[in-house]
Amino acid sequence: MKRSTLILLKTLTWAACLGPAILLTYQAVTNTLGPDPTANIELTTGYNTLLLLILSLAITPLRKFVPRLGWLIKFRRLLGLFAFFYGTLHMLAYVALYAGFNVSAMLDDIAKRKFITMGAATWLLLLPLAATSTNWAIRKLGGKNWNRLHKLVYVAAVCGIVHYWWQVKPGVLAPMNLTISLAVLLALRPVLVWWQRRRVRPVAA
Amino acid sequence: MLIGKPSDIPSSEITPRDAYEDYVNVRRSERRSFLRGAVAAGAAALGAERLGELFDPRIGALAGTKLDTVKSPLTTTGEDLTSLNDLTHYNNFYEFGVQKNEPGQNAGALPTRPWTVKVEGKVKTPKTFDIEALLKLRPLEDRVYRHRCVEAWSMVIPWVGYSLSEFIKQCEPLSTAKYVQFLSYYDKKVEKWASDTSIFWPYSEGLRMDEAMHPLTLLTFGLYGEVLPNQNGAPVRIAVPWKYGFKSAKSIVTVRFLDKQPPTTWNDQGPSEYGFYSNVNPTVDHPRWSQKTERRIGLPFYAQRKTTLMFNGYADQVASLYTGMDLRRNF
Repeated sequence: MKRSTLILLKTLTWAACLGPAILLTYQAVTNTLGPDPTANIELTTGYNTLLLLILSLAITPLRKFVPRLGWLIKFRRLLGLFAFFYGTLHMLAYVALYAGFNVSAMLDDIAKRKFITMGAATWLLLLPLAATSTNWAIRKLGGKNWNRLHKLVYVAAVCGIVHYWWQVKPGVLAPMNLTISLAVLLALRPVLVWWQRRRVRPVAA
Repeated sequence: MLIGKPSDIPSSEITPRDAYEDYVNVRRSERRSFLRGAVAAGAAALGAERLGELFDPRIGALAGTKLDTVKSPLTTTGEDLTSLNDLTHYNNFYEFGVQKNEPGQNAGALPTRPWTVKVEGKVKTPKTFDIEALLKLRPLEDRVYRHRCVEAWSMVIPWVGYSLSEFIKQCEPLSTAKYVQFLSYYDKKVEKWASDTSIFWPYSEGLRMDEAMHPLTLLTFGLYGEVLPNQNGAPVRIAVPWKYGFKSAKSIVTVRFLDKQPPTTWNDQGPSEYGFYSNVNPTVDHPRWSQKTERRIGLPFYAQRKTTLMFNGYADQVASLYTGMDLRRNF
């Protein structure tokens, strides 16, 4: 891929990823977040966390099945870090707007309400992944360890989806699309292993 | 769309209340003078307008039509009203979509005329009331009520209606009637969004007889002095201000008197989360959030949350209904 194309694509990805945050900021400043600003902020940041997490998980299968798309790897860290960015905004919005910085209220929530426990767990799982996202950390950890650690992203994604289901009312199916997307991506992993073996075998024989 | 949700209407586009009223009045006087001016041509034009209603039910929507109202001593004073824009763009009416802004977009499909309310069950004789008759049954009162959703948000709404008890008297319930069930309109061809959920329709709600007979329980036909917008439960709903909002059934087509507690939609969906009584109670948490505080719709995101009041602030009037009851168990 040409360097200029890559720069263009990266710029577009940055713009798309920052879009919701810029929109929320604009709406907050102009007081146009809608009738229920708190819920708007919480839902927008939460939804984008899961969406970006799922998009980042789609990159590996895509590259493996379509070798021409190998360059997509250059976008995985970007998407992952933006997922963490929105997850952090989501967590901070809860701390500030729902719990009102009241520590005992937060502890009460985490102890009593499983959807909040699950949300907190998701953010805590993403934290070490974001922290070890630099080239320096990859070198320090070594590729193998780094890969092993970053398998946590699957756990985090599943926890995030469960958090969403536990948050909505029983009977509401809003998390369905994201759930199906994640399920497909997870189911693809064993297929991927088989696919790669199939391609390798003739060479070995 | 890759990311994000559609933005809400910018505040610059929200029609202020008096500008809106001017608009409605001008429209009405335009129509009047038009008809006075040229009877024959006017009648023909009216015919054409009616013809339009056949093709687009929204043209026929009566929302915004002024109602003749009287003052009520049962009105709540001293709080800022939630704007008409917020009341009509932030709704839980899952038959028209589960997102708060969806009913405002989709409820135009609700056919509010002709409309009848069927009365059945433990009554002297089953009856059917036409909506026009219900509107004339008693003088319509302006009543401002606080409205507290189980989701921990709240509004202050200027409803229009009269006490449900006035209607119940006309139904002539038998002495064996202990509960009243309300069934909402349901037509899956009209309310195709309802199937985005796994909820069993039609929407069902219920009250104990003494709750239904309480003067605060309002049979509601309008808000802001006008006919109910469809997304707010047109053409007739109830408003029970000391209970969580979902108890106030919308777009009612059947009223059923029973000797036992009826099944109700949210109680069926999640019995541990939504009790039959669902009185506003800051001391009993929802399993997934505290009910101690609430956020008032329409305030900016940095606004302080409000303290939720027992029975939503109507304890003086209704607490006696529950004397001796364990409200923690009967939540």
